[in-house]
Amino acid sequence: MTNSTTNNTSSTIKTAKPSTQKSTKVNNTMSSTTEKVALSLKKRHQKENRFKAFGLFSVLFGFMLVVILLGDITSKALPAFHQHWVKLDINYQGDWLGIDERLSGYELTKQLKGANFRAVLKNSIYPMFVDEQTPKLSRRDKRAVFKLFSTNGEFTIRDALLASPEDFNQTVSIWIKLDDDVDVYLKEGFALGEAGLRINEKQAHWVAKLQREQRIESRFNVGFFTASDSREPELAGVRGALTGTLLTMFVTILLSFPLGVAGALYLEEFAPKNRITDLIEININNLAAVPSIVFGLLGLAVIINVFGLPRSAPLVGGIVLTLMTLPTIIIASRAAIKAVPPSIREAALGLGASKMQVTFSHVLPQAMPGIITGAIIGIAQALGETAPLLMIGMVAFIVDVPTSIVDSATVLPVQIFLWADSPERAFLAKNSAAILVLLTLLLVINVTATVLRSKFEKK
Amino acid sequence: MTNLNININQVELTETVGNIFADNAKMSIRDANVFYGDKQAIHNVSLDLAKNQVTALIGPSGCGKSTFLRCLNRMNDTIDICRVSGQLMLDGEDIYAKGLDPVLLRARVGMVFQKPNPFPKSIYDNVAYGARIHGLTNSKAELDEIVESSLQKAGLFNEVKDRLKDPGTGLSGGQQQRLCIARTIAVSPEVILMDEPASALDPIATAIIEELIDELKEKYTIAIVTHSMQQAARVSQHTAYFHMGKLVEMGKTEDIFTRPTHKLTENYITGRFG
Repeated sequence: MTNSTTNNTSSTIKTAKPSTQKSTKVNNTMSSTTEKVALSLKKRHQKENRFKAFGLFSVLFGFMLVVILLGDITSKALPAFHQHWVKLDINYQGDWLGIDERLSGYELTKQLKGANFRAVLKNSIYPMFVDEQTPKLSRRDKRAVFKLFSTNGEFTIRDALLASPEDFNQTVSIWIKLDDDVDVYLKEGFALGEAGLRINEKQAHWVAKLQREQRIESRFNVGFFTASDSREPELAGVRGALTGTLLTMFVTILLSFPLGVAGALYLEEFAPKNRITDLIEININNLAAVPSIVFGLLGLAVIINVFGLPRSAPLVGGIVLTLMTLPTIIIASRAAIKAVPPSIREAALGLGASKMQVTFSHVLPQAMPGIITGAIIGIAQALGETAPLLMIGMVAFIVDVPTSIVDSATVLPVQIFLWADSPERAFLAKNSAAILVLLTLLLVINVTATVLRSKFEKK
Repeated sequence: MTNLNININQVELTETVGNIFADNAKMSIRDANVFYGDKQAIHNVSLDLAKNQVTALIGPSGCGKSTFLRCLNRMNDTIDICRVSGQLMLDGEDIYAKGLDPVLLRARVGMVFQKPNPFPKSIYDNVAYGARIHGLTNSKAELDEIVESSLQKAGLFNEVKDRLKDPGTGLSGGQQQRLCIARTIAVSPEVILMDEPASALDPIATAIIEELIDELKEKYTIAIVTHSMQQAARVSQHTAYFHMGKLVEMGKTEDIFTRPTHKLTENYITGRFG
């Protein structure tokens, strides 16, 4: 098709100017140009198609990786969102509790706080597991039975009695959590004797018995979101780490955004262009490439040791992450500020606006979408940062939920790191669930930024 | 005084011919020199801008007319390597005097640029911006009044009165340029500098702008840089011809276009180069 067009064109030209020699010459060169172009066209199209295919492949490849990653994490995380509970008949006998049976009212509540609930739990549950197979529980059996239940079982039954003291000396049904090993056994359905199974044949038999009696129930794991870290996987939750992350991010955003934007505005709009500003620019670019753990060391050596701020605190974490995020925000903001058309600055200057007015009523609003994009990249980086926080003590095992920026805290990535280090199998699912929480947080921040950005773009 | 056999690239200019003086000068410039680093862009230019009249600055590209215009409200201050010397007076006051704030100067000497550059804000805010930053009004009603009268003077009010809240960037090129003129007028400057205000516009929009310039000279002193000789002839009372950073000839527009004294001017206006 290309060839025929070429011929047509050349013949038209020939018939149009057949007379002089000069025009034939022009003609020849023209037709040869067309032919050459036509020849190279095929190659050029091939090149373009090859590149398009390659680009499509890389996009699909990246997308596939994301899907695999998310799929893997989600499937591993799902078991962490529900948990098995068991219904036990608890007999709050006074002599097991170690207090006088006749007590009531205020005196009872006072005594109950220090009562021996472990004995109540043990004595209530042992009879449930006596059957023809094990007519009498040995000490070892008793230990095995007790191990089926979460270690906070005694606190669950204590709280239940404290909530309704009229159950004193009565037998009531109370739901408590199963131990993580039993939970994992029920969720993953191991065959007995399989590697990694942490319960023995007898325990499996007892669990089956509990199931037959319909005493075991799977419930949504509220504790994962309301509890903090724990040595016991069935009790561990992300609330402490999530709060720590939010507090740390609060400090980071509060410090890095205004500082970064102010720095970028100063360097772009106000600073004289000389050697010193060149040097500053080079150093900012260098800072962006500094390994994050170095910032952690700086935080430890200067912020904690010299300025005496508290260890493990979100305040210090936020300052360290600010140091890490600042170069990213400054570089992105400077690029966004540079991209504001100079004609807008001239228009405002021509009207008699001062430099400050030009900067704040024209340059900054116009650059804002770009600045927000840069800030989000920086903050997302900070959100996932672990190494520098290890150096300033945010890796500590902290059970309390932090309530201020100077409390001891840890953050989600560090929590994930800690759980990944734990031997208990149940932490595997917890870990994936914590990653999901972190990714969700990231998504929330990104969506907020996108909404903010489109708001600024509309203006 | 003039060399009639010229090769334009080797011309040596010593003095400006014609009449640089005005009876009623709003601005007078004496021996202005402008340097970009080591390079001299303007050589010893002296001229007057007559009050309430239009002075056209013409000349081939790169002759320094825009540079010169931008010196008149110190827009060149934003360029670090730019240096200006000589006497540049506005109402007998040196505009490069040490104590003078360029912000104040630019409120008195407004500027309209080659490419329409409305702010990415509403039409209303575009016009109101200057009045707002200078604190010219005390109430919303006064500001409304300024916006309306400025738009009216710029001949734009009837076209946009129903959509003052729409973005200024959504207007057509010609409307945008008139919006920029309205924005400049809103500050009530004494002098308006126009840097090829119609070069990006079609003939109809250009005609509207030219008509507007003619009306504006009743209240303002105007200096306009233009590439179009017809435009210069139509709108201006005085014309200054620049060549390679020097002011070659200046005089009444009708004289320059009918009886140019200098060979360079003649060549330029008859279209032999430029």
